[in-house]
Amino acid sequence: MSMNFVVLLYLLASVCFIQALKGLSHPNTSRLGNAFGMAGMTIAVLTTVALILKLSGEAQSGLLNVFGGMVVGGGLGAIMAKRVEMTKMPELVAFMHSMIGMSAVFIAVAAVAEPKALGIELVDGLIPIGNRFELFVGTFVGAITFSGSVIAFGKLSGSYKLRIFQGAPIVFKGQHLVNLVLALLMLGCGVWFFMTQQWLPFVIMMAIAFVLGVLIIIPIGGADMPVVVSMLNSYSGWAAAGIGFSLNNSMLIIAGSLVGSSGAILSYIMCKAMNRSFFSVILGGFGAEEGAQAGSSEARPVKSGSADDVAFLLGNSDSVVIVPGYGLAVARAQHAVKEMTEKLIAKGVQVRYAIHPVAGRMPGHMNVLLAEAEVAYDQVFEMEDINSDFGQTDVVFVLGANDVVNPAARTPGSAIYGMPILEAYKASNVIVNKRSMASGYAGLDNELFYMDKTMMVFGDAKKVVEDILKALD
Amino acid sequence: MEVINPTIINLIIFVLAIYVGYHVVWNVTPALHTPLMSVTNAISAIVIVGAMLAAALTETLLGQIMGLAAVALASVNVVGGFLVTRRMLEMFKKKQKKVIEGASK
Repeated sequence: MSMNFVVLLYLLASVCFIQALKGLSHPNTSRLGNAFGMAGMTIAVLTTVALILKLSGEAQSGLLNVFGGMVVGGGLGAIMAKRVEMTKMPELVAFMHSMIGMSAVFIAVAAVAEPKALGIELVDGLIPIGNRFELFVGTFVGAITFSGSVIAFGKLSGSYKLRIFQGAPIVFKGQHLVNLVLALLMLGCGVWFFMTQQWLPFVIMMAIAFVLGVLIIIPIGGADMPVVVSMLNSYSGWAAAGIGFSLNNSMLIIAGSLVGSSGAILSYIMCKAMNRSFFSVILGGFGAEEGAQAGSSEARPVKSGSADDVAFLLGNSDSVVIVPGYGLAVARAQHAVKEMTEKLIAKGVQVRYAIHPVAGRMPGHMNVLLAEAEVAYDQVFEMEDINSDFGQTDVVFVLGANDVVNPAARTPGSAIYGMPILEAYKASNVIVNKRSMASGYAGLDNELFYMDKTMMVFGDAKKVVEDILKALD
Repeated sequence: MEVINPTIINLIIFVLAIYVGYHVVWNVTPALHTPLMSVTNAISAIVIVGAMLAAALTETLLGQIMGLAAVALASVNVVGGFLVTRRMLEMFKKKQKKVIEGASK
C-alpha cells in the first residue's frame, strides 16, 4: 500500500464525515448519515492498521497494543452508550469531550518523545519548527478541554460534594488576573518549548493548561452549561485539528475543523437563545447577584387551580400548545404528557409542542427527551416556527419552564431584555405547572404567572399530568 | 521552484474544512442538535489514527504507554459516540413509523 493510496483512503473517510453531518439536516436522512460516519471511521482505522503493518515490518507486537486499547476503550464506550439515560446526555457528552482532550495530550507527549514513530521527519535531530508549534497548540487545547470537561461533567451531574463540581459559580477577587497571568505563563513556556524542544517547558505548559481548564469553567454557573458543553465540543475539535497539523494528517485536520466549527456554531446559537454574549458567559459570574434578589420578591396573588380544572380547560379547547422545560424531564413526565396528548387529539384538539432552544441542558436536549417518549416529531415545533401562532391558541400549557416564557424579555430594562422567548402570554389561556413559585435560573419574577388568564397548578409535573389524564377520561 | 511548506498546505485544508463545516452545520435541524453533538464527539475521536501510530510504532516505554492510553480513550468515543447517536436517531424513527400507522388508520 503506497502512501498516496493511504492518503486517498483518508480523503474518502473525510468525505464520509462531512456526509455524517449533512445527514443531520433532517431526521429521515440522519440515520444514513450516522452510518456514513461509522463507515468513515472504519475506513480510517483499517487504513491505519494497514499502514502500521507496512511500517512496522517484522515486529508486529505493536498492533497488539492497539487492539488491546481498542477492546478496552470500545467495550467501555459501548456499555455507556447502551446504558445512559437520555436525561444524562449532557454528562455523557462532557465526559466524551474530556476523553478527546486527554487523548490529544497523550498523542502529543508520544510525538515529542518519539517524533519518528509518528512520521515527523527530524531536521538536525530536532522536530521541525512548524510541528513544534503545532504540538504546543494541540497539547494545551487538549489539556484545557480535558480538565474543563471534567469540571463541566461534575457540574452537570450535580451529585458530587466537592465544591468545584457544584452548579453555583465560584468567583474570587482577581480571578481574571490569575487566569491571564497563567495563560501568559503557559504561552511563555510554549515559546520556550518552541525554541528549544526541551521537556521542562513542555511539562510546565501542560500542567498550567490543566489548571487553566479548571479555572475557566468554575466561574460559570449551572444555567450556562449548554454554552459550556458546546464550547468544549468546539475545543475538542480544535485539539484534534491541532494533532492533525503536528502529524501532517489532512484527515485529522478536516474532521477536527468540522467538529470545531460545529461546536462554535452551537455555542453561538445557545448564547443567542440565552441573550448572553459569549464573553460574558466565559468570564462567568452570572446569576450570583440576581439569584439573591429572588428570595426577597414579595408574595403576590396568583390564580391556582387543580388538575380537574386543567383537564376541563384542555378538553374544551380547540388548540393547545405545550411548552416543556427541563422541569418536565426532571420529573420524568414525558410519557404521561405524551398520553395526555394522545387523549386530547382523540377528542379532536390540536396539540403541538413548542421548544425553546435552551429547553434542556444542552442544544436539542428536549427534542431527544420527547423523541424518547415517542412524541411524533411533526408535533414538535421550534421557537421561530410557532411563535406567531400563540395568538390563535386557546390554551398554552407550560410544564416546568420559566424564563423561556417570561414576558419581561420584552420590557426594556429587565435583566433578560432581548432574550428570545416563546410568546405564551399571547394565548387566550395559560396554564403553568411548577413545583413552587421559585424563580428560574435568571432569578426573575415571571409576570406571566400573575396574569388574569393564567392558572397555576402546583406540584410535581408527573403527578399533575397523571391526575389530568384521569380527569380527562 | 521553491517547495511549499507542508504547514501551509495544512492551513489551506484547515481553512476550507472550517468553511465546509460552517455551512453544513447551519443546515442541521435544531431538533437534532444533541445527536449532532454526540456524532461530532465520535468524529473528533479520529485522533485515534494518531494514537494507533503512537501505540504501535513507538519503541520507548513512555511512547508506548502514552499511545496505548490514547487509543483506549479515543476508542471510548469512537464506539460510544456513534452508538449513542444511533440510539437517539432510532427514537426519532420510531415516532415516524407511528405517525404513518396513525395516518393509515
